[in-house]
Amino acid sequence: MGNLNYRVVIFFFAFVFGVVFSVPSLTQSDEGKKITLGLDLQGGLHMLLSVKTEMALASKVKSIGTSLKYNLDDDDIVYDALKIDGDKVVFELLDEDDAKNVDAMLAESFAENKIVKKGLSYELSLTEELAKKTELAAIDQAVETIRNRLNMFGLAEPTVAKQGSERILVEVPGIKTQEDEDRIKSLIAKAAHLQMMAVDEERANRVYSMSEAEAKSYGDVILPDVESNETKYLLYSVPILDGSMLTDAKVAYEEKSNRPMVTFSLNGQGAKIFGDFTEKSVGKRMAVVLDGEVYTAPNIVQRIGGGNVQITGAFTAQEANDISIALRSGALLAPVQVESQRSIGPSLGADNIKASLIALVVGFLAVIIFMVLYYGAAGIISNLALVANLFLILAVMSMFEATLTLPGMAGIVLTVGMAVDANVIINERIRELLHSGSTLTKSIEQGYNNAFTAIWDANITTLIAAVVLFAYGTGPIKGFSLTISIGILASMLTAILGTHGIYQWLLPKMDKKKLGFWFGIKKDVSEKNVSKKGAK
Amino acid sequence: MEVFKYKKAVGFMANAKKTAIFSAVLILASLALLFTKGLNYGIDFAGGTIIQVQYEGVAPIDQVRDIVTKHAKYAGATVTKFGSDSEIVIRTKHASKSVKGGAKLEVQEMLATTGTFEIRRVDLVGPSVGDELKTKGLMAMLLSIIGILIYLSFRFEWRFAVASVVALIHDVTIAMGMLALFQVDINLPILAAILTILGYSLNDTVIVFDRIREGIRTIKSAKMEEVIDESVTRTLSRTTLTSLTTFFVVLTLFLFGGEIIAGFSFTLLVGVVVGTYSSIFVASPILMWLNFSVSEFREKEAAGAKRQKERDKQRAQFEQGSI
Repeated sequence: MGNLNYRVVIFFFAFVFGVVFSVPSLTQSDEGKKITLGLDLQGGLHMLLSVKTEMALASKVKSIGTSLKYNLDDDDIVYDALKIDGDKVVFELLDEDDAKNVDAMLAESFAENKIVKKGLSYELSLTEELAKKTELAAIDQAVETIRNRLNMFGLAEPTVAKQGSERILVEVPGIKTQEDEDRIKSLIAKAAHLQMMAVDEERANRVYSMSEAEAKSYGDVILPDVESNETKYLLYSVPILDGSMLTDAKVAYEEKSNRPMVTFSLNGQGAKIFGDFTEKSVGKRMAVVLDGEVYTAPNIVQRIGGGNVQITGAFTAQEANDISIALRSGALLAPVQVESQRSIGPSLGADNIKASLIALVVGFLAVIIFMVLYYGAAGIISNLALVANLFLILAVMSMFEATLTLPGMAGIVLTVGMAVDANVIINERIRELLHSGSTLTKSIEQGYNNAFTAIWDANITTLIAAVVLFAYGTGPIKGFSLTISIGILASMLTAILGTHGIYQWLLPKMDKKKLGFWFGIKKDVSEKNVSKKGAK
Repeated sequence: MEVFKYKKAVGFMANAKKTAIFSAVLILASLALLFTKGLNYGIDFAGGTIIQVQYEGVAPIDQVRDIVTKHAKYAGATVTKFGSDSEIVIRTKHASKSVKGGAKLEVQEMLATTGTFEIRRVDLVGPSVGDELKTKGLMAMLLSIIGILIYLSFRFEWRFAVASVVALIHDVTIAMGMLALFQVDINLPILAAILTILGYSLNDTVIVFDRIREGIRTIKSAKMEEVIDESVTRTLSRTTLTSLTTFFVVLTLFLFGGEIIAGFSFTLLVGVVVGTYSSIFVASPILMWLNFSVSEFREKEAAGAKRQKERDKQRAQFEQGSI
C-alpha cells in the first residue's frame, strides 16, 4: 500500500531513534545514557566559590620562609631575625663569611624569587610573575582538592569545575538531610592547613601578657588551643614543616581512652626534617597546628624518626574522619568564599517536577486535541510529528547526558507550542491551495514549498537567539536554550520532512471528496471553486 | 473546522496611524513605569539571600517577620507569602560569604520557636555575580539582535531587518513595562523569558514578512499598502492559531507550573500577545513607511534572475566548449 518514500523512512527511523534513546531516561534505568535531573528538580547544593588569592600569596611567602629556614640550618649558617614581614621573608646574617655560601644557596634554590640584599640583611619576596602563577595555582589546586574531598565523602556524583578564570562551581545533588549539607560545607571550607611549629620557649611564659604586635616583633605568633580559646601558645612564625609533606592520614583510636584521633605519615623529606628537628629540640615543645588552632603541643622526649605523627583533640569519630579526608586531599592553598549558593530541599525538587509535568501534559494534550479538531487527519499527522519531536528532544539530551532543569522543562513546553507552528503554517498553505482548486498532489507539494521559506527563516532566527543564550547564559538559562535549540532542529526533521513524507505515503488513499476528513475543510469548497473557474 | 477563510484583504494599513499612536502610548507608559517604579531586581541581579520556608499548617508570617527583622543582619528583610498559606519567603540584601553555616542555620535558629518547618530553598548571590549577570544578559540580548539583523538583511532586505528590530524593541519594552507595573521579581528565568520574547516576536514577524516578500512577487498591485494588506490577511489564520496555541501552552505553565515558574510564564504571556500584535501593526506599517518600493524590489530581483540566467548560460557554453 501507499508509496513509501525516503522522507517517511527517515521519519520512521528518527521516531524509533527517539523512543529507543529516551527509554533509559524515562524509566530511570541504570543502564544506558540518560538525562540527569538538575538540582532544582532533584534537590541539592549548588555553590559558586571564589578563592581568596591574597591568602595564597601569604601562605606561599610562608612556605618560602619554611624552606629557607631549613636550607640555612642545613648549611650550618648562623642567622638572626628570620621572620615574615608582610609579603617578605627577611633575615640577617651574623657572620660575614657566610655571605658567599648564602648567595650560592639562594641562587640555587630560590632563584625564582625577588631577592634584595642590603649589607648582611636579606629580603625575599615574590616576583610579579610568580605571584600570578601562585594565584592561578591556588584556584586549580582548590578545584582539585575540593573534588577529591567530595569524592572521598562518598555522595552521588558531585561536580567540581572551574568556571571562568577565577570561580569554582560545586554541585552536589541528592543531599537528603541538613546534617549532610553542613558536613559537606565544612569539608569544602576546611583549609586543612597543617603546620608543625616550634614553641618559643624563651618567651613562652609571657604569652598571656604579650600583644600580637610584640609577638610579631620577635618573629612569633600567638595561636589559641582548639579546645579552649583561653589557652594560648607562643610559636615561631616560620613553621618547621607543613601539610605539603604529608602522604597519608587516617582515623585511629587511642589505646586507653578509645578516643578517636587522626594519624598521618610524612614523606621522606618531611620525615628527615621532622627527625632532625626533634633531635635538636629535645626538652622543648612542638605544636601541631591545624587551620590556625593548636591541637596538641607535646614535649619532645627524643628524636622521632619514621615520620608518623598523631593529632589528638576532643573530636568525634565523624569529625576525625572529615579531618583525615581533608588532610589526605591536601590543604587549600587559600580559603574559599561563597559568591553564590543555591540549596534546594528534595521535597521542593519533587514539587517542581510535579508542577512542570502537569503543565507539560496539560499543554500537550490541549494542543493535540485542538489540532485534531481543527485539521482532522492532517492534525493527527501533525501530532505524530509533535510526539516524535518530544522523544527526539529527550533522546538527544540523553545521548549528551545533559541536565534537565526547571527552565529546561519550560523550554520543552514552549517547544511544543512552537513546533506545532510549522504544521499550522503548512496546513494553512495546503488549505489555501485546495480552496483555489489545485489538485491534492499539487496542493501538498506546493503547500510545503510555499511554507518552507517562512518556517526556515523563522526557525533560524529563533535558533540564533537560542545559541547566543547558550553561549552567554549560566546554569538555568543554558538548560532552557539547550532544549529550545534541540526542539527547533528536531521540528525541522519531524514537522517539515516527516509530515511531508507521510502525506506522500498516504496520497493514493486520500480522496478529494473527503477533504473534511483529511484537512478539516468542507468538501464542497474545492468543487465550487473549480466549477467557478471552469465557468469563466 | 475552519474559522478563517480568505475572502478579501482586510484594510490593516489604513488604520496604521491609529495603531501607531496606540503603540506609542504603550511604549511611553512602559518607559514611564520603568523610570518611576523601576524593575524589581531579584537577588540574581541585585545580590542577597532568599530563604523559602514551609510550615506544617499555616505559616505564622507576622511572628516570623517580627523575629527576623530584629536580627541585625536581616534588618531590611521582607517576609512574604509564597504560593500557598503554609509557605513563606524571606528576602534580604545580605549575602554571607562564608561556606560554613550561613543563612540556613541562622534562620533555623531564629525561627526555632515558631513551629515545625522545613527550609526548602536557600538562594544566595553575591553582588559581584549579580553585576556579571546583568552585563552578560545585556550582551546576550545585543549579540542576538545583531545576529538576527545580519541574517534578516541577508535573507530579505535591510528595511525588513530594521522594521523587525523596531517591532522587537517595541515588544521587549512593553514586556519590561509590565514587569515594572506588577513588580515581578527579575531573576534569571525572567531574563530567559525576555530573550524568548525576542525570539518569538521575530519568529512571528518573519512569517508575516515572508508572506509580504512572496506577495511582492505574486500580487499584481505595485502599491505596498495593498500588498501588505493582502499578505497579512492571508497569514491571519496562521498567526491567530499559532498565537492561541502558544498562549494556551504558556497559560498552563502559568497556572500549573508553580510559583517559581510563574514570573517566567507571565512574561511570556505578555510577550505572546504583544509579539503577535506587533508583527501586524508595528513591523508591517514601518516597512511601508520606510518607503519600500515594490517596483524597485521587482526590478532588482529581475536583474538578479537575469544575471543568474546569464551565468548559467555562460557556464553551459563553457562546459560544452571544454568537452
